[in-house]
Amino acid sequence: MTAMAEPEVGRARVRKEDERLITGRTRWTDNIALPGMVHMALLRSPTAHARITAIDTSAAKEMSGVIAVYTGDDLDPGGEVGMPNAWPITPDQKTPRRPMLAQGTVNFAGEAVAAVIARSAAEAEDALAEIDVDYEDLPVVLGLDNAVADGAPLVHEDMGTNKSAEWIFDSAAAGSGGDVQQAMSSSDVVVTRRFRQQRLVPAFMEPRSVVVDPTAPQLTMWSATQVPHILKTMVAMTLGLPEHQVRVIAPDVGGGFGGKLAVTPEECAAVVVAQKLGKPVKWTESRSETMVSAHHGRDQMQDISISASRDGTITGLKVDLLADMGAYLGIVGGGVPVLGAFMFNAIYKIPAYRFSCTTVFTNTTLTDAYRGAGRPEATFAIERIMDELAAELGMDPMQLREKNWIKHDEFPYTTVSTLTYDSGNYEAATAKAMQLFDYDGLRREQAERRARGDRVQLGIGISTFTEMCGLAPSRVLGSLDYGAGGWEHAAIRMLPTGKVEVVTGASPHGQGHETAWSQIVADQLGVGFDDIEILHGDTQSSHKGLDTYGSRSLAVGGIAVVKAAEKVIAKARKVAAHLMEASEDDLEFADGKFTVRGTDTSTAIQDVALAVFAAHDLPEGVEPTLDSEAVYDPENFSFPHGTHLCAAEVDTDTGQVRLRSYVSVDDIGKVINPLIVEGQMHGGLAQGIAQALYEEAVYDEFGTLTSGTFADYLVPSAMDLPSFTTDRTETAATSNPLGVKGVGEAGTIASTPAVVNAVVDAVRHHGVDDIEMPLSPMRVWRAVHKGDTAAGGPGAEAGGGLGSIDSAHGGAQ
Amino acid sequence: MRITVTVDGTSYTDDVEPRTLLVHHLREKLGKTGTVVGCDTSNCGACTVHLNGQSVKSCSVLAVQADGGEVTTVEGLARDGQLHPVQQAFRDNHALQCGFCTPGMIMQSIDLLADNPNPDEEAVREGLEGNLCRCTGYQNIVRAVRDAAGHMRPGAGPEAEQVAGGERTTTGVGGDS
Repeated sequence: MTAMAEPEVGRARVRKEDERLITGRTRWTDNIALPGMVHMALLRSPTAHARITAIDTSAAKEMSGVIAVYTGDDLDPGGEVGMPNAWPITPDQKTPRRPMLAQGTVNFAGEAVAAVIARSAAEAEDALAEIDVDYEDLPVVLGLDNAVADGAPLVHEDMGTNKSAEWIFDSAAAGSGGDVQQAMSSSDVVVTRRFRQQRLVPAFMEPRSVVVDPTAPQLTMWSATQVPHILKTMVAMTLGLPEHQVRVIAPDVGGGFGGKLAVTPEECAAVVVAQKLGKPVKWTESRSETMVSAHHGRDQMQDISISASRDGTITGLKVDLLADMGAYLGIVGGGVPVLGAFMFNAIYKIPAYRFSCTTVFTNTTLTDAYRGAGRPEATFAIERIMDELAAELGMDPMQLREKNWIKHDEFPYTTVSTLTYDSGNYEAATAKAMQLFDYDGLRREQAERRARGDRVQLGIGISTFTEMCGLAPSRVLGSLDYGAGGWEHAAIRMLPTGKVEVVTGASPHGQGHETAWSQIVADQLGVGFDDIEILHGDTQSSHKGLDTYGSRSLAVGGIAVVKAAEKVIAKARKVAAHLMEASEDDLEFADGKFTVRGTDTSTAIQDVALAVFAAHDLPEGVEPTLDSEAVYDPENFSFPHGTHLCAAEVDTDTGQVRLRSYVSVDDIGKVINPLIVEGQMHGGLAQGIAQALYEEAVYDEFGTLTSGTFADYLVPSAMDLPSFTTDRTETAATSNPLGVKGVGEAGTIASTPAVVNAVVDAVRHHGVDDIEMPLSPMRVWRAVHKGDTAAGGPGAEAGGGLGSIDSAHGGAQ
Repeated sequence: MRITVTVDGTSYTDDVEPRTLLVHHLREKLGKTGTVVGCDTSNCGACTVHLNGQSVKSCSVLAVQADGGEVTTVEGLARDGQLHPVQQAFRDNHALQCGFCTPGMIMQSIDLLADNPNPDEEAVREGLEGNLCRCTGYQNIVRAVRDAAGHMRPGAGPEAEQVAGGERTTTGVGGDS
């Protein structure tokens, strides 16, 4: 073998994407302007639940520049179109039709009721005020306990219930463990808690936007979406369009975090309107629209019990969830809490487990995937209750974890929820984190502060997490009744000049695929990093794919790229052998060159590409192309893990929390680009910490979102976050050839319980064993001084802090 | 109303509605789509540009208020293919992911460095408080701004940003510095 050049994989390459983005040469959907383009604005319901008795659009139609005004019945006279739900979690799941524009009733405040089409966006917006809608109020259903109570008013009267579905996993029935009731009744200790996962807003920075051009036989749709391929197929199915006459382009997309994993009424309405008018149509939402109409995340009530013997050995785990779906089911909808079902047992050896989840309708904006989707909720509950169990047993919380976690020599390990973890080393990540954090030193300081009754108390929070990502093996998704597979597609085009185009079905919106994929291909084919272009996000060039979510791009899409490269090399090998008059078996491929073993005769893959392009002298029966494609379906999920440690200072006089230090040591398998990995960790941590301390979507008793702007919904600023210490340990995933696991969601999943555990730890000596998120100063203060740990029920108040104004209620009212 | 605004070195005279925001004028009339709109309550700062050498949130300025003024957007920073030191630092330090907040973040960072050529971490965080980023957790942005500070002479910006007389006035718009 010749010596390899320095591999690209593992290098901290600055990103290819950046040069355009830092100079403003961007292609956001809202930047697109087409000849003859008109603008759509949507009138949204101010009320959460009402019958629409009349809509008068006549005055709006008279306004300057207004081309048309449509109601739901205008767009869909038969009342047949409903937005897709691709994951019916049970055969009897109740799935209400979600129209493009409300028909008959409005079911949440913010639901679109009418559309104005005008020459300019401003004229369209102006005309909204002239539409007259008569609403007859219906009872508003808010809060999970209220919604499932006997005799509760109904969101969808025709369904006869607010429950959409109930999904159960029982380890005794599955044969993966014992009976949880039995385990609990014979255990020394049982700890039970109710945790609330507040509702969050994904808050991607780029508001959603869609442009539809119907002027060619193949309709083109630009959308700020995470899922152009899914959108193409679903729009065709939903609206009855021939799929081959739809092209979807996701140009530059400004963040998603699950919030743009959707097929929206707005996108579909834009298609129908564009077709009616025969003109390009653009719709771009305001931030205030995003807040009420793009899907939210989280919003669960978690009843969790854990049992153990006196020595700390866990004997059983029981989880009952209520999950708020909002008024309708989104594309993944009920599947989000189901994903969590496999993660409550986390890194621990738990002999008996039962999980049940009831998905529930309320008169609120729908919920769906948000960074982590089910796994942050599960991780929060288990990591919180591990601390509570430790307190009950009088054990150090890390010792309790260590006693129960899967040891590094026990992998592969099949868990009580039936997943097989292929690799990991919890001891190594924990040891590194403890050392970086100075765990013992901080514990000493905590004891000192406690002893002297310091006003500012110190707490230490632990989160030893794992997650399942790389969604997903198609057969597993099939067994969960998911509507599609989990494979990913890639294609490689070898151009005559030796340059390379790589087509990927993953669709980035900030992750840096162009850079990471270039690094992978550079190593695989031995071509230059700068000689590779990554094509994505346009169904015309990237015709096949399942897009980006669930930390799947690298662990699935990246492997498809590797497989396609292997096929290119196999094709090139035949031709190279022919050109050098050697046997294929005698060729070695390294550094982009085929060399006849034991000689200095070689030919570069670029030369082979040119020879294939000319096609003058190819071996018999060989097609004149090196281009190759691959579709990779993973055999297993991947299981990143890590140990996160948080030190929080709590001012017991004011309830103010200050994060003094945050250490994360993550094992995400092999790393393609450490710079990108670090960035993903930072951003993930920020979002998880924000859930713990700042963010909450709050409804008042009428179902109005009161935290509906960035002034009220507390996306943290630079002032609100600490500097993080991030580090890594590495055990390669054994389920894929790159050994990668995924990093997109790890920080968000792990950090929320670490922060809350730290704050509770700081004030536990005041009798506090829980504080509801977000941990606003008011809530912390009340927990310390009044023993009041619940926030007063869903919808009662906002988180308090930066943008909040009503200190009496701890938030914006 | 007829206004004349110089944007990134080019003078434009246009009729605008009195209610037109500067950001909409830039994006829709002048094609300066590098500057973006991220919210409607002036919280996010994505639309930050420089008006007469001072950072402003261009969603909070009427186009008519910019009449006779000089605007620099993120598109006007690079000179002859040479990135502004802050742009370069954002790239070198991986201070962006999706890049939507980046134009505003870069413009505000330049403003911050003009006021304080050698800010510590706290000062950078304070100076960027009015600009939201959902991707990075800010750590690499802070690192980039401090890195850029090291590459810039005190108060340096591209020539287009230098106001005649060089006097900076406090307008209270955009940023807390």
